[in-house]
Amino acid sequence: MQFGLSESQNILKTNARKFFAAECPMTEVRRLMEEGDGYHAGLWSKMAEQGYLGVIFPEEYGGLGLGMVELAVLLEEMGTALAPGPYFSSVILAGTLLEAAGSDGVKKRYLKPLCEGKLRATAALLEGAANWTFDAVKMQVTGDLLSGTKMFVTDAAAADFIIVPAMRDGELTLWIVNAKASGLAITPMPALDLTRKLYKLTFDCVEASDLLASGAAARGALERMADIGAMALSAETTGGMQRVMDIAVAYVKTRKQFGKPVGIYQAVQHQCADMLVFTESSRSASYYAAYALQESTADAQAAVSVAKAYTSDAGREVGNRGIQVHGGMGFTWENDVHLYYRRAKANEIALGDATYHRERIARLVVDRASRPAQA
Amino acid sequence: MRLLGFMYRSYTIPPAGTPLGYHETLPVTAMDLNLTPQEQQFRDEVRAWFTANVPKDWPQMRTNPNVQERFRYLREWQKKAFAGKWVGIHWPKEYGGRGASTMEQVIFIEEMARAEAPPFANTLGLGLIGPTIIAFGNDAQKSRYLSKILSGEEIWCQGFSEPNAGSDLAALRTEGRLDGDHFVVNGQKVWNSYGWAADWCELVVRTDPQSEKHKGLTVLLVDMKSPGVDVRPLKQITGESEFNEIFFRDVRVPVENVVGKVGEGWSVAIGTLMHERGTFGAGLQVSYRRSLNRLIELSHQVERNGAPASQDPVLRQKLAQSYIEIELMRLNQMRAFSRISHSGVPGAEGSIQKIWWSELNQRFQQVAQEVLGPYGLLESGAEDAFDGGLWAYGYLRTRGNTIEAGTSEIQRNIIGERVLGLPKSY
Repeated sequence: MQFGLSESQNILKTNARKFFAAECPMTEVRRLMEEGDGYHAGLWSKMAEQGYLGVIFPEEYGGLGLGMVELAVLLEEMGTALAPGPYFSSVILAGTLLEAAGSDGVKKRYLKPLCEGKLRATAALLEGAANWTFDAVKMQVTGDLLSGTKMFVTDAAAADFIIVPAMRDGELTLWIVNAKASGLAITPMPALDLTRKLYKLTFDCVEASDLLASGAAARGALERMADIGAMALSAETTGGMQRVMDIAVAYVKTRKQFGKPVGIYQAVQHQCADMLVFTESSRSASYYAAYALQESTADAQAAVSVAKAYTSDAGREVGNRGIQVHGGMGFTWENDVHLYYRRAKANEIALGDATYHRERIARLVVDRASRPAQA
Repeated sequence: MRLLGFMYRSYTIPPAGTPLGYHETLPVTAMDLNLTPQEQQFRDEVRAWFTANVPKDWPQMRTNPNVQERFRYLREWQKKAFAGKWVGIHWPKEYGGRGASTMEQVIFIEEMARAEAPPFANTLGLGLIGPTIIAFGNDAQKSRYLSKILSGEEIWCQGFSEPNAGSDLAALRTEGRLDGDHFVVNGQKVWNSYGWAADWCELVVRTDPQSEKHKGLTVLLVDMKSPGVDVRPLKQITGESEFNEIFFRDVRVPVENVVGKVGEGWSVAIGTLMHERGTFGAGLQVSYRRSLNRLIELSHQVERNGAPASQDPVLRQKLAQSYIEIELMRLNQMRAFSRISHSGVPGAEGSIQKIWWSELNQRFQQVAQEVLGPYGLLESGAEDAFDGGLWAYGYLRTRGNTIEAGTSEIQRNIIGERVLGLPKSY
């Protein structure tokens, strides 16, 4: 029994750390954050060269054919770097839907260029009710024409195509829609996370390019995407937590009050110690969720929800402490901690918050148990 | 080695905050949470032995209020396990152990918990004092004490804390004055688990009265039947007396009972405390999971607002949170054990585990109280109590979890100083 990264996984992690530190330092993250959609063509094509855009997808479609743990460590490093760009939307959301549900032809047409960095995508999951369960889809399709509104869609302005769940004759279907299609309006929804932007999509008789899946296949693909996505967000949040802790610990070692570095005071030390416990536990949870998904263990769904519920709370708590131990500096725009704090909050909400995933665990764990025999 | 295709070599790591390095897990061949064939074989062997040998009447004996009777029972159980060579498996072979690896210890402890086996009577002897004698004792001491620790023939306690030396252990004042070929011991120790049952005590005394703090301390092995040793029970918040106070009045201890060197007792004592963490939590994880499963069962029986408590949305959230925390205890431990089995040394992760299991247990017992309502209040002896009153007992007993074996505050200091590199606060 071994629960740790293998040598090749460690190499991937170290290389990703070097790559993002060099290719998108915080100055670049801030520049992209303030300008437009956060997508940078140069960075994106370098990420494609590294193989990052197809890390978990089969080699025949331009991927690396690696596993979920590799995806987790990569996301962890992207979280540490607060890497800009539509990685979550394109690779995690759209990519996993394409892989789970696409025919060979669809994969060649969409997944391959996505892995190669030639096309970018997102998935339009939520509608006005903001309900993460897939029973809630209301958008209607008539023939192959979509009408209605999708909301809180990540990175839509950077996408070439969008995967859209909609109902056709009472059946759940998944459609591939060109982002430039006529009748589709994409408008920004200014929101808390400045480095992963949200958009509202209005469909007025928009013609879909392809039907990706319908019925059970569509549902299965969405559930698979939601599990991989929740695991990926957990790993990304963990990376952010590590960075916030590093920044905060470095600060309390140098900031002096009463003639001493504030890190000498136990009230401050204990906040930092809690940050470490939160971060390490989040790492354990994320790696295990990745492993469980990779191996399809019996508890894979619970493992994903454990990771998502825990990191959703812990990411926020680390941010709270990181800001607090900075004192007034923690409240400033120039300090990077708030950028991570914003991402942690957005990740907390995305694909279901802690309350949502605890209820999922209750269904898996509490409802399956029975009354005691002697009752 | 497909991976090498995209190795990124063109850049060096720029300085980014403080490199902590803590999360850098040592490389393993592959992440695999299944047991290896050898580990599986060991697990099967252990499981078979426990299945055949765990006494059936332990559930009744467990809540027996007569502690002497209960302790005799545990001693018998240890003797039986000793005969099967299943006591102290982590000890080296030459001292009667099996030289078990970290993973084998973890498997053994988990199987012991899974079989709901009674604990061994000589908990401190096996876990702390035996390993200390192995590490610091001389040959005469090893042959005199070790096998009797394993067999349970001699029970051990620890004399470390004092009324004015708790977390600040190095402030201890119990004196050992050299008088010919004996040390004469005077002072008071406190919080001694098994003090009333012990035949021997690993005692830390100050042998140099001029010394301060960590210097001038010596570890002595003291026969508890020596004249001048007075053991008094301390009645706890739960009403029982696990702990004792021990008074030493002109107790004569032969110089050959010094472990390590005179005046270098601090490193011996710290060596003992290092053993206090390590693989200890492996069995806890299994028993917490069992307690949670039991509570979930009961949540289908007890009602809240006209429906089973298991359907109450708030309680469902809390039960799920307990599941999360117990699962994370398991996962954090697995990562730590994997690290230890590669590096060979338990690191500061022991402090993370200690904080985690103790604080989670307190939160879990509170969830249990909320689920069980008035049933949670019933103590042992109440006819209608669930599980012999364990829930009321557990609620109070867990208050001690964040105090014993290093308070949560001390653990956070350790993390701050040794993992995060913050300046020492005292």
